[in-house]
Amino acid sequence: MLNEYDISALLVTIKLASITTVILILIGTPIAWWLSQTRFKFKAVIEAIIALPLILPPTVLGFYLLMTLGTNGPIGNFLESLGGSSIAFTFTGLVVGSVIYSLPFVVQPLQNSFSSIGKRPMEVAATLGASGLDRFFTVAVPLARSGFITASVLGFAHTVGEFGVVLMIGGNIPGETGVLSIAIYDHVEAMEYGQAHVLAGGLLVLSFVILLFVYIFNRQFSIMRSD
Amino acid sequence: MIECQIKIELDSFILDANFSIPDKGVTVIFGPSGSGKTSLLRVLAGLEKTHNGFLKIGDSIWQDSENFALTHKRQIGYVFQDTTLFEHLNVQGNLDYGIKRSSNIEKEFIDSILNLLDIKTLLNRSTAQLSGGEKQRVAIARALLIKPKILLMDEPLSALDIKRKQEILPYLDALHNDLDIPIIYVTHSPDEASRLADYLLLLDNGKVIGSGPINNMLTRLDLPMSHGREATSLVEAKVISREKEFDLMHLDFPGGEFIVPDNSLPIGSNVRLRVSARDVSLTKEKQIDTSILNIFPAIVDEMVPEGKAQIMVRLKIKEITLLTLITKKSAKNLHLKNGSKVFAQVKSAAILS
Amino acid sequence: MTHVGADEIKIAVSSNFYPAMKEIILQYELKNFPSSKDHNIVLIPGSSGKHYAQIINGAPFDIFFSADKVRPILLEKKGISESGSRFTYALGKLVLWSPLDGFVEKEEQLYNQDLRFLAIANPKIAPYGMAAREALISINLWKDMQSKLVRGENIVQTFQFVRSGNAKLGFISNSQLMNPNYPIGGSFWEVPQSLYTPIEQQVVLLKKSILGKDFLSFIESDDSLSIISKYGYDLP
Repeated sequence: MLNEYDISALLVTIKLASITTVILILIGTPIAWWLSQTRFKFKAVIEAIIALPLILPPTVLGFYLLMTLGTNGPIGNFLESLGGSSIAFTFTGLVVGSVIYSLPFVVQPLQNSFSSIGKRPMEVAATLGASGLDRFFTVAVPLARSGFITASVLGFAHTVGEFGVVLMIGGNIPGETGVLSIAIYDHVEAMEYGQAHVLAGGLLVLSFVILLFVYIFNRQFSIMRSD
Repeated sequence: MIECQIKIELDSFILDANFSIPDKGVTVIFGPSGSGKTSLLRVLAGLEKTHNGFLKIGDSIWQDSENFALTHKRQIGYVFQDTTLFEHLNVQGNLDYGIKRSSNIEKEFIDSILNLLDIKTLLNRSTAQLSGGEKQRVAIARALLIKPKILLMDEPLSALDIKRKQEILPYLDALHNDLDIPIIYVTHSPDEASRLADYLLLLDNGKVIGSGPINNMLTRLDLPMSHGREATSLVEAKVISREKEFDLMHLDFPGGEFIVPDNSLPIGSNVRLRVSARDVSLTKEKQIDTSILNIFPAIVDEMVPEGKAQIMVRLKIKEITLLTLITKKSAKNLHLKNGSKVFAQVKSAAILS
Repeated sequence: MTHVGADEIKIAVSSNFYPAMKEIILQYELKNFPSSKDHNIVLIPGSSGKHYAQIINGAPFDIFFSADKVRPILLEKKGISESGSRFTYALGKLVLWSPLDGFVEKEEQLYNQDLRFLAIANPKIAPYGMAAREALISINLWKDMQSKLVRGENIVQTFQFVRSGNAKLGFISNSQLMNPNYPIGGSFWEVPQSLYTPIEQQVVLLKKSILGKDFLSFIESDDSLSIISKYGYDLP
């Protein structure tokens, strides 16, 4: 039922979602930690900026990305002057777009998890001789375990579902920027409803299973901890 | 000596503390709720950052106008008020956390602390499986195992019910007796203070209003503790003999001998007696045919009115200070004034430890 | 079923024809309804694929202007459209375009080794994309261009890719070039008709509507045809 393009779309999608999730955990963790600890006066401004992709239509994001990354835009121009080239229509471009688009889905669960730890365990660790970084890795991270799992799963799933951003800056290059969501759209446009059903249905079931897992796991985890 | 000069503004409150306390024994930081006791302890631990304070422990300067030693660099053991064991580690893991970050903790030392707090059987349990009292003992052990220079305890008994409190008090006594390091103990309970303190730091509204050896503080008539129905004095004594026939023990102290019911403490044990001011009465002449066994010659040191009809009197029995609460009328009848020679009759005394 | 006194029709129109359509409707209303108070023509632009999917699932359109003829034929076969109502309303023309003046003369830029991306509409779903593919095959460049191709989901997006400079060249529709409301300049090559199958854009009537029928006959009138031609289409 699935043709070569569909399989390539599936692989590109998995690759994109995986790399995006890893990058988001790496950059999202310090951001989420800082937000959970700081009393910075304009914290709300930062939080609002990070939360933008939650409500902005993805095409808005994609549109602005296209403008800035394109050779007529500031970043594109800059890259070209360095001898590089525009990252529109490249996998890298999609990664950049996905990272921005899925950022709040990773930062927010992490931030909530870190906040719910409270200051006390960190103070205890300090009195036992642990320096800042030590405390973070040996106390904060283990205690925020459920936050990390939720963040990873949500970031991954959200990127898999991405359409609007990819539509604007992807260019639908098979094996490079052709992702699952676009493949489904194309099947519908081309009146290949059978294949559209297979892909869309599969994606729906997979997403549901993933989310179910996250919710069950989180319930279990908080039950364990609340005695 | 531990010297401290701190002025810090916290959320809704200014802590302005200037004091010196001994660097051994138990110093209790005492005061009503909201007086800044916990804040002061946190300042000593380095958990509240201040810029221009001064803190020196023995020879180490932990804080001055240029330096601020971070909490993890100060060798402190801290027992927090609500038990704060790491949930993601079991008991052994909690204990190891500090040990791993300290140098050269000998196995014998670890063993002795585990025995002191009686937690050897708990090592493999998860923290969720411990009772309140057990959690607190583990927390204390965890703090001690890193061989801190000083042990800070923030109302460690307040979150426990009476039964658990009674359970842990002996362990705290043991700490008091067996450890070389100073213990700073925060509480608002006069009973805990009486039982454990060698030295008392009295806080009110963020300020230190008095500091000194415990009995001095309890019997100073210018301080609030020496007033009211709960006013007491403490006497340190030593068991020297027993009267088997009458089930009594004799306790020796600089002012004479106390006779109290025998509680089987070995000869030579040090005890602390608590004498309530209401249990002490005065006579001008020594009474002979009386049921009261504990009578000591004393000198009236100071008198202060207590309510409408009473007077709180501070007595000196040799160099030991004792409080007694009498009526104004009696004071007049006995012609009492500073320097009067009297006899103090102690109706009952409680052994604290 | 006749809509007695029908005063509103909904027209689904393919995005590339949307600008021309707006002017045609203006003309139509001017001519027939000077008072223009008692009727309403609602235009819904979009991709023909989307419109088709919506129509076969019951979308309430009265007329469907497709960008191709495949979908109208299918609708006719399925009996969803009024029989006999289908006809070609315009012929799309393919051009190769760059926003830079003097950059494109004919097809020489296609042979440029350093070309960064040639944008076409996805041939699988867009008629102009199919035409572009045919043209490239005709000049034996389809295989070579694979690594440089980026596909827009529709002709408008394809245009965006080129206009933003992300793709240096693109196959777009002549109507996008010729839109009198938005002159876009640049340089272009009008792809010879011999290189690709004519893009027959067809229309079908979906509901028996007096207003609808009347509008469709207006489409074939001289007034309408001159507008269609003005917007860069060839006449059927």
